[in-house]
Amino acid sequence: MSEPKLVDARGGFCPGPLMELIATLKTLEVGQSLELLSTDEGSTADVPEWVHKVGHKMGPTSKDAEGVWHIVVEKAK
Amino acid sequence: MNTPLYVICLSGNIEHLQFCAMTASVAAVSGRKVSIFVSMNAFPHFTNKPAETPPTTGPFGDLMATKKMPPFMELFDNAVELGDAEIFACSMAMDVMGIGKDDLKPFVAGALGLTKFLSDAESGQLLIF
Repeated sequence: MSEPKLVDARGGFCPGPLMELIATLKTLEVGQSLELLSTDEGSTADVPEWVHKVGHKMGPTSKDAEGVWHIVVEKAK
Repeated sequence: MNTPLYVICLSGNIEHLQFCAMTASVAAVSGRKVSIFVSMNAFPHFTNKPAETPPTTGPFGDLMATKKMPPFMELFDNAVELGDAEIFACSMAMDVMGIGKDDLKPFVAGALGLTKFLSDAESGQLLIF
């Protein structure tokens, strides 16, 4: 399985990270994943809400030592 | 089925323009059909003629200017390009400013009268900024 495509939205504010995620997701094939890097904590709520609403799949979410959220999303359709 | 969202964008200040664009873009990428009607002081930003930098109306607007906020015009563009949104120019505003269809930004779908917009909006939720 290929590595998730990185989407670096660090420093951006709502809804910038979500828009960057969506723009990149459109370029992927079904089954491929991306990893969103965001310093906007709201992304940890907004991204799952959007993913579930439109029918993609959430992967793991974690926060690293520098305070950056790593949110993995799989394109499901 | 998701309820269509109708947005009237009137204010030319940055706080209203920013939140209008945020609302329209998030709704549009979340499966809602969004129609945006632009007029009054917001209207010049949707033309190809130079528009003044939107003024702030308080400390939050001043604070936003120091942060990496997504530009409001980029969010309106996202609403159209990534979601199911259409932006309509108020025909009255076009007449008052002497603006033709060729003077509108490319992502503006065209001109529309208020009567038609309000008639369409009876089927959905209406927000005014």
